[in-house]
Amino acid sequence: MFTLIIEAIITGILTGGVYALMASGLTLVFGVMDIINVAQGALVILGAYLSYVLQQNFHIDLFLGLVITMPVMFAFGVGIELAFIRPIKRDRTMISLLVMFGLALVIEGVLNLVFSADNVKLQAWYITGSFQVGGFYLAYIYVFGFLLAAVLLAGLYWLLYRTKFGFSVRASMQNRVAAELIGIDVERVSAITFGVGIALAAAGGMAYGATNAFNAGSAYDLISRLLAIIIFGGMGSLSGALIASVGMLVIEDITSVVWSPVWASTVFFVLLVIILVLRPRGLFGQVEGRKQ
Amino acid sequence: MRIVKIAALLVILALAIIFPIVYSDPTVTNIAVFALIFAGAATGWNILAGYTGYIALGHAGYFGLGAYAIAIFCQDWNIQGGYTPFFLVPLAGLVAAIVAVPLGWIALRVRRHTFVVITIAMFFILQLLAYNLTGLTNGTIGLTLPIPIDWSGAFYNIPFYYAALIVLVVAAAISWWVRSSKFGLGLLAIRDDEDRARGLGVKTGSSKLAAFVISAFIVGMMGAIWAYYVESVYPASAFDANFDVAIALMTFLGGIGTISGPILGGLLLETTQQYFTLASTYYYLVIYGSLFLVIILLLPRGIIPTIQYRWDKYRALRANEPRTSEAAVAALPTDGAPDVVEKKEGINL
Repeated sequence: MFTLIIEAIITGILTGGVYALMASGLTLVFGVMDIINVAQGALVILGAYLSYVLQQNFHIDLFLGLVITMPVMFAFGVGIELAFIRPIKRDRTMISLLVMFGLALVIEGVLNLVFSADNVKLQAWYITGSFQVGGFYLAYIYVFGFLLAAVLLAGLYWLLYRTKFGFSVRASMQNRVAAELIGIDVERVSAITFGVGIALAAAGGMAYGATNAFNAGSAYDLISRLLAIIIFGGMGSLSGALIASVGMLVIEDITSVVWSPVWASTVFFVLLVIILVLRPRGLFGQVEGRKQ
Repeated sequence: MRIVKIAALLVILALAIIFPIVYSDPTVTNIAVFALIFAGAATGWNILAGYTGYIALGHAGYFGLGAYAIAIFCQDWNIQGGYTPFFLVPLAGLVAAIVAVPLGWIALRVRRHTFVVITIAMFFILQLLAYNLTGLTNGTIGLTLPIPIDWSGAFYNIPFYYAALIVLVVAAAISWWVRSSKFGLGLLAIRDDEDRARGLGVKTGSSKLAAFVISAFIVGMMGAIWAYYVESVYPASAFDANFDVAIALMTFLGGIGTISGPILGGLLLETTQQYFTLASTYYYLVIYGSLFLVIILLLPRGIIPTIQYRWDKYRALRANEPRTSEAAVAALPTDGAPDVVEKKEGINL
């Protein structure tokens, strides 16, 4: 029992890193643009399918394929921002939510048409191969996925806190109008942030597809978890998203070991509701200013 | 003007009543039943989201609760198919409303985005309960409802049509009453500025909760009719995430915060959706999603408020015509400036 719990904690932390990757894109977009990208789940699955295509048809390694998929998804994200988000003039928050949902439906429909609804799983030696730690076996992919997440999140940290673009992003997050006044092109920052968020989703999608069998419908399960994570951590907070992702996966894994897998997500959702009752802004969220 | 309005309402109601008699084709009435169910659910949702501005995306939970409630009642009390289950519909709505009290109390402590997401989270909790409380819900196998064996052929859809129509009319009446009461005025004040409303003496907490519970009640009743109509409930079909967004989209299409908007939006969208599902299962999602995008981007205001806006502008132009001063016309809001002279949606309807 004890080793099982240790195992649950370790896999929870490792997969939590991957969820952090997807959730950081979501929370970043929310922070800068004040919109909830409910298509993030569908975009993660799209990223997973892109990796699948590259591997099946061109025999490109999954991790190497990210060099292609991430820029493609970045461009796709910028395109979405230009085509669908920017034209929205009034009631941005709600309308963008519906627009992104519509987009998610289209992506899901197209994926269903192209790949059918059968589950697929990415294949590679490090997905099937495993090594022994302590008393149990761990597939290499968990470690590799975690490392990928760590590298990309470190890159994101560098981008946000060490570059001029990062200053613009953080300024736009703090106060959009003031950022515009000091000469930041907030629209441009928004488009690039959206692209970055979706490129992160693509990387997360590869790691997700390597550890889970998926089809286009998996997007619903993903988006509910991702939304829960960013609310739990506090919307717009990157560190909150990291801690909440790891926390959620660890809680779920421990619940499935000590109680039953069917209650795993229920426990997390109940915990989320309790946290929100006690602390409505989430763990690391900013107190919302009064909207006039 | 008032008489014209009442007459128009009566005509529409009469048309709705004779509709299944004129078009008795089961394919048509089948679509009509779903359209009425969704129009009613959207009307219920609008009482919360449209009037208070709290966009809840978890009402599929109350729809599912109503559906499961009627299924469990019928099973436990051994009710046969026929007209009896229709009398259980308000009871099923009541179950949804009772569950909505604590959930709404928790959810309404937060605002804006956090509220949206907490309602989604609650929806998933309810869905997971439907999956996991196998003793009550039978898990993934689902529950079946009694089948009315006496009704057959073209007649089968008719009782469901009228049941859904009655609940829709009740929902619209509640919506109208809320809209024209002091309680509704308080809700609108909450939508515009909650802190100021509280400062002016609106009991914001209890008003919001009341709106939440009323909307859950209506959505729950529609869920019960839906369950009886489709004859079986499963966790994935009764608690459907698409439902949340579908009723939101219907309300937005028709015009959020208006009385007639959600009804119009529900009738239009559900009909199109049913049509596309029947016409092409393969391209259904792509077509529906694209349509969805086009509507939202072209008509962000909704149909009813757009018509209202155009009509007001036309009337204002007409009123100024005798003087025919071009300056007066130029002073009126033009197409280029709707953002400046923005009118709050649904002030008049």
